[in-house]
Amino acid sequence: MQWETVIGLEIHAQLATKSKIFSGASTAYGAEPNTQACLVDLGYPGVLPVLNREVVVMAARFGMAVDATVAPRSIFARKNYFYPDLPKGYQISQFELPIVEGGHIDLTLEDGKVKRIGITRAHLEEDAGKSMHENMEGKTGIDLNRAGTPLLEIVSEPELSSAKEAVNYMRRMHQLVRYLGISDGNMQEGSFRCDANISVRPKGQAELGTRAELKNLNSFRFIEKAINFEVERQIELIEDGGKVVQETRLYDSAKDETRPMRSKEEANDYRYFPDPDLLPVEISEEFLSAVRDAMPELPQAKAERFAEQYGLKPADIEVLTGSRATADFFEAVVADLGEAKLAANWVSGELGGALNRDNLDIADSKVSARALAGLLKRIHDNTISGKIAKDVFAAMWDEGGDADSIIESKGLKQITDSGELEALVDKVIADNPEQVEQFRAGKDKVLGFFVGQIMKATQGKANPGQINQILRDKLSA
Amino acid sequence: MTLSREDIEYIAHLARLEVSKSDVPAYVDKLGRIIEFIDELGQADTADIVPMAHPLDMSQRLRPDEVTEGDDRDRFQANAPETEKGLYVVPRVVE
Amino acid sequence: MTQRLTIAEQSRLLRSGEASSRELTQTSLDRIALHDEALNAFIEVTPEHALTAAKAADQRRKEGNGGALTGVPMAHKDIFCTRDIRTTCASRMLEDFVAPYDATVVERLASAGMVSVGKTNMDEFAMGSSNETSYFGPVKNPWDHAKSPGGSSGGSAAAVAAGLVAMATGTDTGGSVRQPAALCGITGFKPTYGRVSRYGIIAFASSLDQAGVLALSAEDVALVTQVMAGFDERDSTSSPAEVPDYLATLEASVSGKTIGVPREYFDEGLDPAYAEAVNAALDVYRQMGAAVREVSLPNLSLAVPTYYVVCPAEASSNLSRYDGVRFGHRADNIDDLESLYKRSRTEGFGDEVKRRIMTGTYVLSAGYYDAYYLQAQKVRQLISDDLQRCFEQVDILAGPTTPTTAFGIGEKVDDPVQMYLNDIYTVSVNLAGLPGISIPCGMVDGLPAGLQLVGPHFAEASVLNFAHLYQKETDWHQRQPGQS
Repeated sequence: MQWETVIGLEIHAQLATKSKIFSGASTAYGAEPNTQACLVDLGYPGVLPVLNREVVVMAARFGMAVDATVAPRSIFARKNYFYPDLPKGYQISQFELPIVEGGHIDLTLEDGKVKRIGITRAHLEEDAGKSMHENMEGKTGIDLNRAGTPLLEIVSEPELSSAKEAVNYMRRMHQLVRYLGISDGNMQEGSFRCDANISVRPKGQAELGTRAELKNLNSFRFIEKAINFEVERQIELIEDGGKVVQETRLYDSAKDETRPMRSKEEANDYRYFPDPDLLPVEISEEFLSAVRDAMPELPQAKAERFAEQYGLKPADIEVLTGSRATADFFEAVVADLGEAKLAANWVSGELGGALNRDNLDIADSKVSARALAGLLKRIHDNTISGKIAKDVFAAMWDEGGDADSIIESKGLKQITDSGELEALVDKVIADNPEQVEQFRAGKDKVLGFFVGQIMKATQGKANPGQINQILRDKLSA
Repeated sequence: MTLSREDIEYIAHLARLEVSKSDVPAYVDKLGRIIEFIDELGQADTADIVPMAHPLDMSQRLRPDEVTEGDDRDRFQANAPETEKGLYVVPRVVE
Repeated sequence: MTQRLTIAEQSRLLRSGEASSRELTQTSLDRIALHDEALNAFIEVTPEHALTAAKAADQRRKEGNGGALTGVPMAHKDIFCTRDIRTTCASRMLEDFVAPYDATVVERLASAGMVSVGKTNMDEFAMGSSNETSYFGPVKNPWDHAKSPGGSSGGSAAAVAAGLVAMATGTDTGGSVRQPAALCGITGFKPTYGRVSRYGIIAFASSLDQAGVLALSAEDVALVTQVMAGFDERDSTSSPAEVPDYLATLEASVSGKTIGVPREYFDEGLDPAYAEAVNAALDVYRQMGAAVREVSLPNLSLAVPTYYVVCPAEASSNLSRYDGVRFGHRADNIDDLESLYKRSRTEGFGDEVKRRIMTGTYVLSAGYYDAYYLQAQKVRQLISDDLQRCFEQVDILAGPTTPTTAFGIGEKVDDPVQMYLNDIYTVSVNLAGLPGISIPCGMVDGLPAGLQLVGPHFAEASVLNFAHLYQKETDWHQRQPGQS
């Protein structure tokens, strides 16, 4: 029996606003419990929700970026259920008329083909609080700081056919929300969460199989494993004569397995109805124009432009356009330096390596774009070699300072004076008669030995290009 | 339209209310009468009517994205039945 | 009973220096001490708070900063959150609840210098039309202690009718200010939905709730509404429409204006003697030069069922926050989450509240939403359209506020539908969000009858104008219990 996998993803992206969706409490991460939960967030008697403008702007920006329809009129609805992290006993969400409908995102598959994944809808809702179980003496503690944080729930069509495609989609979405500046996409802090609806069916069957929902897939590392496990589980279950139960499951990364979660609302009757405390959200053409005008260049467009403008390889472009911050950094270096290839090598190479090693975002880079450009200029104008430049970079990273002062203070200037270089070549030829014989006998590789010797003698400061040329001239004479 | 005992128990559960066995008949009776009363709505011809979203023809006002609330935890938690280390305490919730 | 003083009268005394706020407040407190045991109109009396506010008001007047309301004693329905003073909503669920903030209405009236002497009794969570569902016992009608004062703002109505305070705030979701005003022989006003902020009012049915005023005259109501009304950024349903000067137009002539009387109001449910009183009131307007004509509200019979779908649906959701976790009643000896919720809520809520939560949950539940809630919102539009159509032909609508005068306490508790039918004349006004007032227009067998006037959206000035002119020509609003 051949099986087909059908996956739909629901992504909850926490919108990067300063205050909550319906109250003026802060959304900053990491505060002491319940110090960022105001009366509205606590669901106190008598208080009322008021909508944050920025949340609407961000949702509209997202809608435009994925070619969706931004609804001119959308409604907030109450999703009613009881749970301790849900203070009002209902979540304010959107049901029948969401703010964004339709749209799509294009994935580049491993074989280079492009697959378009449809987006069903994206809607706004408030986040719930958090439950703490540890050190609570058999009870549960509730922290409502997170209650009321704005979320954009993005629902894909069930058009993903494998775990790999699912991860691909997630990565694209993750990149997009960060590009748009609507979410910081920090999965460890919970600002980018993913649930997967997974089902299997015999190949060729039109009808969808029963789906199970995998909740809170919060790490790219585990998503592929979790989905693969679940697909296998379902196939095995059906092949053994069983039936897939529609339920919610959690992935246990330690055991690499999924298991059923105790349901939040067993009866699952959310009794949705339009929230009477909020009025219909109306979005005008003017509003949309303003959002359109402020739209940043999107990853796809930027990649295309980089290819055309800078002639870079796809692999390099992928790295350099990974985030808007990286792309901006790169372009700042290019603007200063006047050249792209060297900049590309260094931003993805040395700089990228240093950022990874120190676990920093490019925004916190210890070497600025300007400083890097300054260093690369010295390679260009032959003041230092590429190899020496790496040492200078390391010094700039660890100790600070600009390239010129480090080159100066450490005396790293390349030796380019022909007279000096000729003298060095003469010396090395004189000191190594055997190798001279070998070269003249046809062993071209021995040239490297001479270059190496000169580099050793000059602590790498001799210009290798010139040395090479002078050696050839002298040895062929 | 008569409500059954199961109906009453189900609705009560959704609303997190307890209805004792002895109270069920009273609920069946009174709720039944209310439901019968509101069933009259079915007579109205509402084929082309758009349901009322709001008594006034207004749209949602948008507030600027600013932090206007500080930390008032102690004052608010003075009303809480049980707290610990700043958390609201409930019986263990199994996930 | 000594003669009741209106706000306008007390204001004059304060302005001229003939009385101080301290004295007026003490008088109010003394009257409460004397009469409230029998009436049970108050859940909480706050003498210390009141006298402190009175002192400040006197100081303010001395400095020349007093306004019309400065120093006048009043009371708040116990549904308005008052900082540092218990707000119970007449429920065991909030028996010890102290809100950490003031409702906007409370803030505004305090800023104007009004002196609150306490929180008045009401039907539990505003669910009722007789003030019999209160956890703190029923309120008695000052005209006859065996009768109900109406509800849910029964305590406020009784307090004003009995002369304990000249004004009390109320809330009106289906008639809860107008109906008790009618049954207690006073003036009760509900402004247009969105005219007064709902911030700080413990929510019952969000799309219907509106703060209102119970007082002794339309003039007094105008004085208070002037301060209460206006945009509040904390309430998304608050209207930014400008607040006109209600006093400036109080005396305007209504000659040439047209009053519409819905023929569906005068059916078998209406007491004939009551109908007579209403008709006599219409004659008074004819004498002023206003025309009276018949109009039709063809969907009136659906108003009460519509209300009793929309209202409990919204209420059932609004009351989900009462779960024993962050505030309010929590049951003892609970071992698990389910028990926490079920026992706390079952113990905390009274029967009528539970019944409405159940009804609301039912009409929103899967399989029933379309037939009930959605249908009700459509019928609501029909009812609202009916009313709008009337206003294309008339300036104001008039009719009885209630089908009968005050009924006996205990008379209607067994049949919920019987109780609901009390609201027949008042609920459409809430469904459409219109402003409405009830003013005393006669006596039937020693009990007051009320005339209801309803205007188009934001026509508060017109409604108050019509009401005030009637009160200049008649003295029903000056009749007090205990006199004739």
